[in-house]
Amino acid sequence: MRKIDVTKVSDAISRLCIKANLNLRSDIERALRRALKKEVKPLAKRILRVLLENAKIAERDRRPLCQDTGIVSVYLRVGQNIQFVGGELKKAVERGVRKGYEKGILRKSVVKSPLIRINTSTNTPPVIYTDIVRGDRLKITVVPKGFGSENKSAIKMFGPTATEKDIASFIVDVVKKAGPDACPPYILGIGIGGTFDKAASLAKKALLVPLDRHNIKKHLRNLEKIILKEANALGIGPLGLGGKTTCLGANILEYPTHIAGLPVAVNVGCHITRNASCIV
Amino acid sequence: MKKIVSPITKSGLSKLKCGEEVLFTGTVYTARDAAHKKLTELIAKGKKTPFDLKNTIIYYAGPTPQRPDGTFGSCGPTTASRMDKFTPPLLAKGLAAMIGKGKRSVEVAGYIKKYGAVYFLAAGGAGAYLAKKIVSATLLAFGELGPEAIYRLKVENFPLIVGIDSSGNDVYQ
Repeated sequence: MRKIDVTKVSDAISRLCIKANLNLRSDIERALRRALKKEVKPLAKRILRVLLENAKIAERDRRPLCQDTGIVSVYLRVGQNIQFVGGELKKAVERGVRKGYEKGILRKSVVKSPLIRINTSTNTPPVIYTDIVRGDRLKITVVPKGFGSENKSAIKMFGPTATEKDIASFIVDVVKKAGPDACPPYILGIGIGGTFDKAASLAKKALLVPLDRHNIKKHLRNLEKIILKEANALGIGPLGLGGKTTCLGANILEYPTHIAGLPVAVNVGCHITRNASCIV
Repeated sequence: MKKIVSPITKSGLSKLKCGEEVLFTGTVYTARDAAHKKLTELIAKGKKTPFDLKNTIIYYAGPTPQRPDGTFGSCGPTTASRMDKFTPPLLAKGLAAMIGKGKRSVEVAGYIKKYGAVYFLAAGGAGAYLAKKIVSATLLAFGELGPEAIYRLKVENFPLIVGIDSSGNDVYQ
């Protein structure tokens, strides 16, 4: 058994919260630069330049990319040969988020009850997912998610005979409904299959996949291409003011499902979709 | 690019056309969902609001906390449509302009026209870039709301695009 002190987990999460909020993902930066080359409309070009400038300022001046520093999802990929010592793992994860948001002067955006709505003032609790794998390593991924885009996400329980065209049309409709509201150009995380909840969690995980990585499954790669093409044909453009760039990328993750259904979830991500990982 | 400065007047705003880009220098007040709820409750009860709404600009924003030097690290616009249901009574009290991101309802566009107000767009997701245009920030009211409190901001050359002009023309229609 490899022993890991939970304080190490706290410290790592605190650092990752700050890193994710201050540094634009390099694959997104590359996608924005590619979009800038493709756009012809002067306003769309100017907006894309502002977004790239925003990333530069955030990194250089250590400012959060966006004031909505999100509610945090923490993914723990835990090797089964690890024994956590020095306290309760869940509390350590919470402590890490609290510390990161305090130290990074990040916005605390979590309310204790969705109905009573009193801010917890710590940006905790995070949403924690654990996955048990082989080995003795711990991979931590921190995903701060703003709600401008989260609010535009959707799930649909299709019947088993739904076609790829039906799925694409549902997803493109989600983009259309998001319109200019959720900070386009968007990144689409799509989860297909599993159960109601599995599809939604896959959709969020799909947002973490680098935009320039090709899906190894050909049928999904083709569907991603169709969705991207149709979404960009909407002409929503940067900030919704028109242009060729409505979506920077669409990634699909799938999971086996039941003979009677075909769940499809789409998690809308904004142009600064954030995450950061490390291995302990 | 056209520059506008505080104090703003509705006759000045009436010259702005939908889609026009402007740089604003002057005072704005931050307010988002929870502050709007409180403001409209005060108005409904006939009580005074923490600032006089006449000829003012509300910025739909919940900044990151003030840094040791009093400035914000990041302060961009939030989705404006969530404030739609609270907007008519504020316009009736003389609110001249709003800054946010995204679409407004047809109803709100109608009220904007009725009162000769303007809805401006700011670059969503560019909070670091926009925070650099804020010269000073003072907590004004509802401090208990944390990021949703009302701050009085002095901004300099704050970049805006006219989303809905005072004639009710909408850049997204």
